[in-house]
Amino acid sequence: MLTNYGYIGLFLIAVVLFTLFMVIIPIALRFLKIVPHNPNPIKNSTFECGMETIGRTWVQFNFHYYFYALIFLALDVLVVFLYPWAVNLRALGFASFVAVIILVAIILVGYVYAWKKKVLEWK
Amino acid sequence: MATIELNIYNLVNFQSIPPDWPGGFWWHWLFFTVVIIGFVLTMVMGVIYIERRGMARMQSRLGPNRTGPFGLLQPVADAIKVLLKENIVPDAADKLIHWLAPVVAFAPALMIFAVVPFGNGVLLADLNVGILYVVAISSVSTVGIFMAGWGSSNKYSLLGAMRNVAAVVSYEIPLVLAIVGVVLISGSLSLNQMVVAQDVPFILLQPLGFLLFFAAGCAEINRSPFDLMEADSEIVAGFHTEYSGMKFAMFYLVEYAEAVAISAIIATLFLGGWRGPILPPWLWFVVKVIIVFFAMVWTRTTLPRIRIDQLMAFAWKFLFPMSLFNLFITALQVLAGWPTELVWAMIIVNFAVMAILVLVWSKLFFKLGRGRIEV
Repeated sequence: MLTNYGYIGLFLIAVVLFTLFMVIIPIALRFLKIVPHNPNPIKNSTFECGMETIGRTWVQFNFHYYFYALIFLALDVLVVFLYPWAVNLRALGFASFVAVIILVAIILVGYVYAWKKKVLEWK
Repeated sequence: MATIELNIYNLVNFQSIPPDWPGGFWWHWLFFTVVIIGFVLTMVMGVIYIERRGMARMQSRLGPNRTGPFGLLQPVADAIKVLLKENIVPDAADKLIHWLAPVVAFAPALMIFAVVPFGNGVLLADLNVGILYVVAISSVSTVGIFMAGWGSSNKYSLLGAMRNVAAVVSYEIPLVLAIVGVVLISGSLSLNQMVVAQDVPFILLQPLGFLLFFAAGCAEINRSPFDLMEADSEIVAGFHTEYSGMKFAMFYLVEYAEAVAISAIIATLFLGGWRGPILPPWLWFVVKVIIVFFAMVWTRTTLPRIRIDQLMAFAWKFLFPMSLFNLFITALQVLAGWPTELVWAMIIVNFAVMAILVLVWSKLFFKLGRGRIEV
């Protein structure tokens, strides 16, 4: 089994090297004068349809993302618990099904509450 | 020496090698690394051609037809063009993050193929948690895209990246829940085992699951109609506004590599992967991937882009409840032993359940929003 993870790890290294190689090709070509490189202040300014950028870009963002992230976290943890159950359902039988329904129901209370509180509406 | 020759012979004939075979490890790894990278790049070129030509025909245009016969060399011409273009990095950008973003976004798209079987046991690593690995690794691309949006120091880019994160976070849940249905029937997480278990393609046993996975998958990889993060009518080009040259090409590649990856996963989970009569398994696999991708192109040309609030409402108030229904109905059927004994009954019942649920919930969707879709 560990062999398979060895494959994955080696493959990750190969893929990252390949990707870096692809990003580095144009840099190499730039030194060979094949790819042009003539920066100037106008070209290197931030693109905003001809306007000057006002203020900083890295501003604070909509608070709504926080609620979505919170609900996502709860539901994703739930889903991770569902996987081992799903693989073994035939062996575990009907009792496990009831147990999972109870587990999902507990999380669903929060989901319904969030829906009623209009958290799921994007404003 | 004899072992090595035997191994090459086996690999060329697309037969599986036990991973503990002495000397076979490195050959296996090298062969599949080259094959996977080559496969993805070729498929990306192919699907770009299919998308441009197919979309053009659907919009009563001709599409690219000047480079080579039938415009077949258009992707090659594009690749050479982007390779020779100037690389512009804005002064205000966070240089390192701007450089690393394409790498972080592209690597996961390739990594998905490590566990996708091209034939019986013909895959890089037959992980026993295969589909969980796919779900985990496919989310990493989002980090790359957010890095691109953040590092560009452009408000449009940042907006696009934030939208992408919101979409991925929302659509992850229905996507993963739709997979649980397949896991219930096949009783395994390994992709190869799932294909072996598909005597009947799971699209027949899980029609609702297929629809949910298709919609959520399209949203995950930001294909139209869910392509809000690069909505050109609102935020220029979204997260890759400030990218040019090869780094822009990388993002273009990521988009299509992910589309191929999702098509491959759909083909493996729902359409029977490499299984099929007469033709060799890998060809069946490629044909199925292209069919799924064509369906994506078709959706793209048919449906208009949706608003961000509709995007979120669709995920949380339509797809999520549906996927829970699908999950529990499938679990009950599996407990009753239907997938092995009453296959035909299961197909009919599940199609009926799909039709009723989709119709009823669509009505509810309107009613709960008092005539407006967005609630």
